[in-house]
Amino acid sequence: MKTFKIGGVHPQENKLSASEPIRQAPLPQVAVFPLGQHIGAPAKPIVSKGDVVKVGQPIAEAGGYVSAPIHSSVSGTVLKIDTVIDASGYAKPAVFIQVEGDEWEESIDRSKQLVRLEEHPELTDKDIIAKIQNAGIVGLGGACFPTHVKLSPPPGNKIEWVIINAVECEPYLTADHRLMLEHTDEILVGTTLIMKAVGVTQGFIAIENNKPDAIRLMTEHARAYTGIEVVPLKVKYPQGGEKQLIDAVVGRQVPAPPALPASVGAIIQNVGTAYAVYQAVMKNKPLFERVVTVTGKSLAHPSNLMTRIGTPMNLLIDECGGLPEDTGKIIGGGPMMGKALVNTEVPVCKGSSGILIMTGTDAQRAKPGPCIRCGKCVTACPMGLEPYLLADGAAREMWDLLEHNDITSCIECGSCQFTCPAHRPLLDYVRIGKSTVTGIIKSRS
Amino acid sequence: MDTIILAICVLGGAGLVLASVLYVVSRRFAVQEDPRLDTVNDLLPGANCGGCGFPGCSAMAAACVKAADKGSLEGLSCPVGGKAVMDQVAAALGLEAAAEDTTRIAVVRCNGSCENRPHVRIYDGAPTCRIAHATSMGATACAYGCLGCGDCVAKCQFGALTLNTETGLPEVDPGSCTACGACAKACPRNLIEIRSVTNELTGMVVKCRNKDKGILAKNECDVSCIGCRLCMKQCESNAITVEDNLAYIDAAACTLCGKCEQACPRKSIHKIGEWSTPQEAPVEENTTQETLTTKNNTQ
Repeated sequence: MKTFKIGGVHPQENKLSASEPIRQAPLPQVAVFPLGQHIGAPAKPIVSKGDVVKVGQPIAEAGGYVSAPIHSSVSGTVLKIDTVIDASGYAKPAVFIQVEGDEWEESIDRSKQLVRLEEHPELTDKDIIAKIQNAGIVGLGGACFPTHVKLSPPPGNKIEWVIINAVECEPYLTADHRLMLEHTDEILVGTTLIMKAVGVTQGFIAIENNKPDAIRLMTEHARAYTGIEVVPLKVKYPQGGEKQLIDAVVGRQVPAPPALPASVGAIIQNVGTAYAVYQAVMKNKPLFERVVTVTGKSLAHPSNLMTRIGTPMNLLIDECGGLPEDTGKIIGGGPMMGKALVNTEVPVCKGSSGILIMTGTDAQRAKPGPCIRCGKCVTACPMGLEPYLLADGAAREMWDLLEHNDITSCIECGSCQFTCPAHRPLLDYVRIGKSTVTGIIKSRS
Repeated sequence: MDTIILAICVLGGAGLVLASVLYVVSRRFAVQEDPRLDTVNDLLPGANCGGCGFPGCSAMAAACVKAADKGSLEGLSCPVGGKAVMDQVAAALGLEAAAEDTTRIAVVRCNGSCENRPHVRIYDGAPTCRIAHATSMGATACAYGCLGCGDCVAKCQFGALTLNTETGLPEVDPGSCTACGACAKACPRNLIEIRSVTNELTGMVVKCRNKDKGILAKNECDVSCIGCRLCMKQCESNAITVEDNLAYIDAAACTLCGKCEQACPRKSIHKIGEWSTPQEAPVEENTTQETLTTKNNTQ
């Protein structure tokens, strides 16, 4: 079975909510839309206090080319444009909307009827990309890179394949898994749309083999679509990383930054993004809701919730049985790459794939010991870097050394820290080093 | 025997030829170095702290000599040596003393001790402020306050900063501080300000950098500035400005009347030196650094 070649680890999977069908999350009383939900320039609000908005109505326009508009996920009145404490604890600008009823924009097709690409032969690649751009779609795997930018690779790159990332290599998370089981055909149509947008005839849907039901269902349904192949992959973290996935599926290696995956002929899109693309292009439905996995060993009902963007996370936790008493840490995202939340009132953003509640003992970090140069982190690093050296260099602020050792290639997957027998906070240091070195490189040009 | 003589002749001859080439080259291409450079370099403290804005003392010496050619040492000052050293440098370069006698020290603008600002969560990441600041807001509710991991203490070359284990905050020993600014650069939250102080090493300062709105700031810390402007109204010398819900006292305009301190409902305005424990023991130690710090002379 295929997988990527260098490094990788296999954390406990803990997919507690894999058999829970997607439920609709309750509507909040006040929905909060941070303006910087994506990579690139923050969106600019186009509503003001007192405006009445409907579900699906744009409330902020893109702040540049690498940016995305934001649409209201609720109907109601704009309360204010103010700052909100985001997941990291710092105040960021946001639009607050008081929810009144649930009135949708008329242009959104709410029927469940499947619309295939063949029914709309008039759609051109430019139409599809424009619709994606206007729907505010960003990469739903967590990086939140605006999708229309990714689908318009710089000239000179010949795109050969579209790879749909349905790996979901993060432990605990099951949002993509459930989406594949419940919206199989929509995802396949979304894939054909992405293929059409970049002008390729070959698409892969990469799924790790810990989701045999999804592989089976997808393979069966994919027969009705030309050019789409389901690729089962061996379970290994971080297979969901773009570069790892390209290596695993087509066996090509992406050169060091600033090279893009497009330079080896592949475009990667998350399976949630493919679903959102289908909704946007075929149903005129902008991106304003997504599946969020709410999970944790001590949580009463781990679930997958179809959640409107802007819903405060505590509402979702309450929906799943409330915050357990022995909670030690609440993580936005998965346990490997997610970030600990500073409070539970943080709103769900486009990139929120999960909320993980860890028990007190699980959440505690072990006391770090000295590095014994055992090299386990080097073996585990999927980018072939030397994390112990990079972490040490970052602690000593030796930025030249870090640059020469390709710290900018780090994908921040955390495999090094996971595998370290001395429990050293390697990733913490490497992240600081990476951001500093990136800043230094940028300041040169 | 012949071989040995031959070897000596060849090597000796080659040596002679090369030596004469080297001699000629060193004479012909000798770089004329300003003798004043060495003189000034010897006068500077040799701490290489970079507080003057140059990479080290020799770069500062070069800058001084260059400035002397233009006739004035204006804008150049050695924070470690202070006025005394700059006067000597000026004398050596045949100039009038130009450096103004401004004494500056590092001031930590946060008073969020464990008591004033209780911990509301656990931070168990790498124990450096840089990482704590980048990954989350730290262990307390304030996103602007001291993180208490001591990056500034680690950066201080002069032993002027200590981390008080009781309060969890760094403390500046005004006697040892040379205002080189290394700590200010190390703080990811820009809490350390290199501030002008009086000869008695004091001044009024708002010990808070919280820019949140009043009610938020109030809930986050017991001694946070809420931007209420009471101090501004009390101030007779217009030294206080309030921007982004935060008061700032201009050291140059402040007359040290202390009315703002009394007016502050949050107790966030303090006189420098009055919040920390009196520094008595280190005085003896400091006298050994007399060449480095002239501030002790003024005490």
